[in-house]
Amino acid sequence: MSNIIELKNVTKKFGGITALNKASLHVGAGEIVGLIGDNGAGKSTLIKTLVGVYSPDEGEILIRDQKVSSWTALKAREAGIETVFQDRALCPQQSIVWNIFMGKELTYPFGFVREKEQINEANRLIREIGFTSKLINADSPVGNLSGGERQGVAIARAIYNKAELIILDEPTNALSLNETQKVFDFVKNVKKSKRSVLFIGHNIYHVYDISDRFVILDRGEVVHQLTKNDVASPEELMKIMRDTIVQH
Amino acid sequence: MNKESSVINKIFHKNGRAFGSMGYFIILMLIFLIGAPEAWLRPNLHQSVFVMMPTLIFLVIPLVFLVASGEIDLSFASTYALAAYIFAILVKSGIDPALAILAGVISGAVVGALVGALIVYGRLSSLVASLGVLFLLRGLILVLTQSRSITMMDELENHWVYHLLVGNFYGFPMQMLWALAFVIFSYYLFNKHVFGIHIHHVGDNYVSAEQMGINVKAVKIKTFMFVGLGAGIAGIFTTLITYSFFPTQGFGYLLLALAAVFVGGTPYWGGLGTIAGAVFGVGVIAYMEVGVIAVGMSGVWRQFFNGLIILLALLGHRLHGDRVR
Ligand SMILES: Nc1ncnc2c1ncn2[C@@H]1O[C@H](COP(=O)(O)OP(=O)(O)OP(=O)(O)O)[C@@H](O)[C@H]1O
Ligand SMILES: [Mg+2]
Repeated sequence: MSNIIELKNVTKKFGGITALNKASLHVGAGEIVGLIGDNGAGKSTLIKTLVGVYSPDEGEILIRDQKVSSWTALKAREAGIETVFQDRALCPQQSIVWNIFMGKELTYPFGFVREKEQINEANRLIREIGFTSKLINADSPVGNLSGGERQGVAIARAIYNKAELIILDEPTNALSLNETQKVFDFVKNVKKSKRSVLFIGHNIYHVYDISDRFVILDRGEVVHQLTKNDVASPEELMKIMRDTIVQH
Repeated sequence: MNKESSVINKIFHKNGRAFGSMGYFIILMLIFLIGAPEAWLRPNLHQSVFVMMPTLIFLVIPLVFLVASGEIDLSFASTYALAAYIFAILVKSGIDPALAILAGVISGAVVGALVGALIVYGRLSSLVASLGVLFLLRGLILVLTQSRSITMMDELENHWVYHLLVGNFYGFPMQMLWALAFVIFSYYLFNKHVFGIHIHHVGDNYVSAEQMGINVKAVKIKTFMFVGLGAGIAGIFTTLITYSFFPTQGFGYLLLALAAVFVGGTPYWGGLGTIAGAVFGVGVIAYMEVGVIAVGMSGVWRQFFNGLIILLALLGHRLHGDRVR
């Protein structure tokens, strides 16, 4: 199976802190990978390096088995990778529709925006994500939304572009049970259409439920990788995680 | 609530800041009209506003873009003079005024881009760094000209480009039409074009903008460049109107232009801005400058009233609420 993306021995330092230490990770086509680890393990740093927001101090990044140089957030999106960042990456004073299309606006030649089309698509996505409040329309600023609704906007943005790889950094942590289920259904649909997901979560039951493979990160190092066949239950996964982290 | 009134409500809500500035402009005009109706009907009063308003518009509209992007610039007041100076020496050396105008405007844009690059790549505070550039460029002009003015009456008076840019169109000053075209162009650029939309995102939350693949540095440099371009256009229009370049040109517009941005309803914190509001902001400032004298008060009152109106306008715009996060 070919890889959509691969990190090889990537190191990332912030001043004195080594957030990633020779970390390697790959995501294959049609695969759902669960990335787990404690707070501060380096999960968010890893995905930001993966999508070109941070440039690594050492190591390399490969896209569809091709090494990339000068990797940027824009290039990652153009390569078919969409991310729901942990901080959601929204602009609160701007409208929902501008946030959904941020950085990837639908345009006419010369860069003028297809406003009607964007509004229609945004309204469709809002319905698909299932916003509860009837007052919400695509014109209202994101700053007026609740935490869960803002998360919905970030997820809608990632959905819209039909990406080959969708990276979700704790996508469910502000959502109700009902909405969480919707996110899982979405992840399963992505898999069905042979696309990939890299899922970060603190809830081991959730991660176990949807992932095909697990990567355990501890203090910037990938300490264990295992497939679903290696673990019988979420409890076992939790035990493995505890043991490897203690040994490490 | 019926549908029609909800649409009107929505328009008011979305453009509250612009309507606020329009309100100040109307109130100011009414005060002057009631205070000195005879002076108000004299055409020469409006004539001097018609010189000042286009100049301010070319300066203020790009500043709205810049403030919305989360930055500020002071150097434009010197860029203005530099562009005018380059235009003047080229005209004096026998180059066709139309080409000299082009060269002057381009030099304004280049200076703006350089200021932007200095601030973005040097990671400097735009307030302080552009203050430095303001003095540096003005100093350079004073040294180069030895404080001497340049008059170009003979070269410009009968040239087609003079009539095209600052002549009369059935009695209406051409520069007002160009300023209007600039406003319309800028409105679409700011609200309907990816450039303007990215400016909103960058000024609102540059970390988010960066994560979504927007090239924040490039957006900022281009915005500074637009400010330089506007300053260049402003400098050349004024020079054309008066047929002359003088080395202190533009300095007086520094604070007036900044005042017009904020009186116009663009908040200082970035992510928001209003082009229509800025036009009314310019109207307020321009009429303020001539109006105080027109109503028969002594010129010494002018700054006092300028200050008063800036403060009242800011208090009024506070009604539009705080920054949402
Ligand atoms: N921009 C930054 N500047 C400095 N240090 C950083 C930065 N980003 C992350 N770090 C540090 O790197 C380490 C890893 O952080 P990271 O956010 O990747 O952890 P995480 O695994 O995502 O944690 P969590 O589960 O809490 O989200 C932490 O010690 C953090 O303090
Ligand atoms: Mg994290």
